[in-house]
Amino acid sequence: MLAPALLPAGATLCLFRMPPNASLHGIATDGLMRWNLIALLACFTAAHLWLVVAIFLRKQSTANAVISQQKKNNIVPNAAGKSQQAQPPAPHHAFSLQWLLLPILCAMYIWMAVTAQHLWAADRFEGPSPGAMQVEVVGQQFVWYFRYPGQDAAFGITRPSLVNAATGNPLGLDPQDPRGNDDLVASELVLPVGREVDLRLRSLDVIHGFFIPAMRLKQNAVPGLVLHVHFTPIAVGIYPILCSQVCGSGHARMQAELRVVSPSAYQDWLKAKEQQHQQEAAQ
Amino acid sequence: MMKRIFTTSHRVIGAHYLQLSLTAVAVGTLLSLLMRIHRVWPDTPLPFYGILKPEDYLALVTMHGTLMIFFVLTTAPQSGFANLVLPAQIGARQMAFPRLNAAAFWLAVAAFVILISAFFVPQGAPISGWTSYPPFSAIAAAGPGQGAGMDLWLVSIGVFCLSSWLSSVNMLATILTERCPGMTWTRLPMTVWAWLVTSILTLLVFSVLLAAIVLLYSDRHFGSSFFVPLGDIVNGHIVGRGDGSPLLWLHLFWFFGHPEVYIAVLPGMGLATSLFANFTRRNVPGYRTMAAMLVLIGLLGLAVWGHHMFVSGMNPYAGTAFALTTMAIAVPSTVEVLGWLTLLSYGGLRLKTPMLFALGFLSFFIAGGLTGPILAQPALDSYLHNTFFVVAHFHLVMAMAGVFSIFAGVYYWFPLLTGRLMNETLGKVHFWISLIAAYGTFFPMHLTGLAGEPRHYERLSGPIASFSAILPAERGITYSALLLAAAQLLFLWNFISSARRGQRAESNPWQATTLEWAPEGFAVRVEHGPYDYSVPSGEAKFIPQWEAASKQE
Amino acid sequence: MPATFTRHPVEIERKDTGIGGKPPLDRRPTGGGGDGDNWDNRPSGRRGPRELLSRYRLGVIFALAGDLMFFVALVSAFFVRQSAGHFDARENYVSDWHPLAVPPILWINTAILLLSSITAEMARRQLFREIDVMEEWLGLGRPAVKRAAPWLIATVVLGSLFLVGQWIAWDQLVVAGFRFDSPDPSSHFFYLITGTHGLHLVLGILGLVGALIGLFTLRRIELRQIVVDCTAWYWHTMGVFWIFLFALLVLFQ
Repeated sequence: MLAPALLPAGATLCLFRMPPNASLHGIATDGLMRWNLIALLACFTAAHLWLVVAIFLRKQSTANAVISQQKKNNIVPNAAGKSQQAQPPAPHHAFSLQWLLLPILCAMYIWMAVTAQHLWAADRFEGPSPGAMQVEVVGQQFVWYFRYPGQDAAFGITRPSLVNAATGNPLGLDPQDPRGNDDLVASELVLPVGREVDLRLRSLDVIHGFFIPAMRLKQNAVPGLVLHVHFTPIAVGIYPILCSQVCGSGHARMQAELRVVSPSAYQDWLKAKEQQHQQEAAQ
Repeated sequence: MMKRIFTTSHRVIGAHYLQLSLTAVAVGTLLSLLMRIHRVWPDTPLPFYGILKPEDYLALVTMHGTLMIFFVLTTAPQSGFANLVLPAQIGARQMAFPRLNAAAFWLAVAAFVILISAFFVPQGAPISGWTSYPPFSAIAAAGPGQGAGMDLWLVSIGVFCLSSWLSSVNMLATILTERCPGMTWTRLPMTVWAWLVTSILTLLVFSVLLAAIVLLYSDRHFGSSFFVPLGDIVNGHIVGRGDGSPLLWLHLFWFFGHPEVYIAVLPGMGLATSLFANFTRRNVPGYRTMAAMLVLIGLLGLAVWGHHMFVSGMNPYAGTAFALTTMAIAVPSTVEVLGWLTLLSYGGLRLKTPMLFALGFLSFFIAGGLTGPILAQPALDSYLHNTFFVVAHFHLVMAMAGVFSIFAGVYYWFPLLTGRLMNETLGKVHFWISLIAAYGTFFPMHLTGLAGEPRHYERLSGPIASFSAILPAERGITYSALLLAAAQLLFLWNFISSARRGQRAESNPWQATTLEWAPEGFAVRVEHGPYDYSVPSGEAKFIPQWEAASKQE
Repeated sequence: MPATFTRHPVEIERKDTGIGGKPPLDRRPTGGGGDGDNWDNRPSGRRGPRELLSRYRLGVIFALAGDLMFFVALVSAFFVRQSAGHFDARENYVSDWHPLAVPPILWINTAILLLSSITAEMARRQLFREIDVMEEWLGLGRPAVKRAAPWLIATVVLGSLFLVGQWIAWDQLVVAGFRFDSPDPSSHFFYLITGTHGLHLVLGILGLVGALIGLFTLRRIELRQIVVDCTAWYWHTMGVFWIFLFALLVLFQ
């Protein structure tokens, strides 16, 4: 059902080199992106055509110049309605064309802006649905850690003073907090397809940028803040996670893998991690 | 001798500023070429140096951005050209505060020297980008070059803030008080309007940058925590003792940073209007609108800084507010562009080299400006932020447009400096190669950005993701960049040889109307508008501004 | 317009245009000579006795506008930092801001600074009395200098007293345990705000001393007026800034 909706925007955007979309909110975003890119290219071409014609135009009387220019004005770039003063006085038939075109372009621009605001609001103003699963993402020079809350669906307290990757506690989990006993820390992000996930983004040292191109998702991880973003993966696959905010000499290497798997495969993976965690705890 | 060095003559100071910018752009271009070469051939050792380490690449990026934005794009179009021609264009003999002007210049030179010295300290130049976000820029242990190098960067830019402050005070006082009789606001050349708006912006925002730098320096050395949060750990040591906010830096910096890019491009916009009028031999029919648009862009530019921070952790409601103001600023920009296109639509363009570069400015402004609205929509920016799409946007709309406006100004005012004309043929070849190579360099970056390639990556293949699919595009970009740099050697050759042996220029070689072309000793009283082309007066087909009022009135 | 305003029918000056025929009417009710009343329409250097002063005052105003933005940035940071907090275990928003009690000596310092503004203004006004200017022009000595100098010295003394008082306040805070590098952000801001303001005052005192020297060494009375006038306006502005900053520290924590 989703495939036909995906195809037009996806196909066009593949021409523009965007990786295929794999998230729910990305469908609408991709549609908006496609409109924008097409409109941009059209305006760019139109404006440069106008320029090129203007360069080769011989010196004409005002009236002639304007009439020949109005004919090429059919694809005038994005404009505000207030530019009338800058236009030369025009004969009537071309004038009415102009009057029709500029408001249309204005309306398109406003429609674009309003659509974009709606998408942003839908994505960021509200939190995730109550049924969303939670994963914590922690960035540190130059790795991403992913923490699953375990069976109790609660994250344990972490303390900076306890951070010690060498002894297997890279996030500084406090052993005295019972909620942290079942927390699973992984260096890859594994998610079941079709389930909304709420990511808690943190950083231990400097600002990192959490970027999953295929999920059309980007959010900085800022030390001192806990930031939330949510999305729903809709296509099984392996997608790269990149760091998009310069964080040091290892910035280009700070990558991780997002694996979106079927719900049953996810449960299997989770069980395997829990068993591994219990074995390590027992030692 | 001291008088020669510390001269207060504004024309000499203007020439000095242009020389400073030339040095900065040469260094900045060299750095960018090293960046480009490393990106496509990361494991090839450079002569005399060896293989670039990742931190070396980031140092190149940081210094390239800093040099170009501060010492080229803020300096040449504003301080350089304004010092050269502003007093003449308003009919004044000198600036309002010549010694302040000279002091501002020498502070800028000091800032440049301090910045370059960051290359030569242990661990080298800073690596946190020209935006130096804390905590990365606040903690010396966070990376190589973040110690002494970062301190020198902060001191250098702090000194540059002081220089800009003094310079803008001088320029504003000059425009307000030194206009000659009859030079009313509506008779000012558009360049003066642009310098007026730019000076106001400079005055308001560089102080905010200075405040932010003081706070950051204090975090680094005096034990405060304005930007470093509690419990921040770097390299296993807890460095965050107080409870600071990295977002505070982002707000302060971008409150400066966004008007800064308008400071870089507004003088070019004013110059474009002047040159278009000159070389189409037409008056500017929407003069008041164009001037009002410059003012509106400047004013609105103070209210849009959050569009650099959509995904930074800022409140998403604030994101919507900034998105709306940013979309709004497209309106005066579009009106301005339409005004130019209309001005050009009457045919009979005299395609001399300054005009060609002004047309190139317009082309880049349109190309880069059109990608602005995409980035202004937070839903789209949450994919494109910090990818090469943004790099393409600002290089086209600010760097290339800005640089082409500088070239236009140099070719145009060369006769004022030297009494000779630059070679037209060489100029045209310079233009065409530069135009094509610039588009070749920056246009493909839109595609690599859409492919998801982030900024500041020193190589294209990482442990998990590899952008090797775009390697052909990256190679093309590198070759274009090398061509673009090589074309500038043509410009340098033209400049130097024309200064010595160029064709002698008559007075007012471009048949301009503005006052900097007035003959010596004209009666300093203005009766005409700035762009009275296509208005016959006696034998001439235009009325220069220095002509006395016609007796037939 | 007030009801008592009446338009007098004045002798309207007519300009000769040189081509014969009736010259245009000058309908301004107060007469005046041609375009000479328009300040901007005179060439630079011939716009009146206060031309240079106006230009320097304008420069000082612009410079202070930039300086204002510097303090605006610090104050914005101050407010942002005050609103920072965190959510505790029960999802209540807890403020992390611990207001710093302002040492009482700051009130005395404020009074001293206001007094110094008064003395600075007295000094400034001495330079503009018409009689003194006339006397100097006639070569009858420099009474303006003799009258202004003591006031300037008084301002320098009071300004230095203020700075000493600020230093004492800092000492008191350090003794109470609030240093600049304490983890507490309200101390950072206290030292930052009072420190940057104090630095500006040091520059102001240097300016006042320079004005004092200029009073005795500059030849043209115009330049003496400018030097004292601009320094005095800078000093007043620093006083006004201090009132705002002080109010901020006392009332808005």
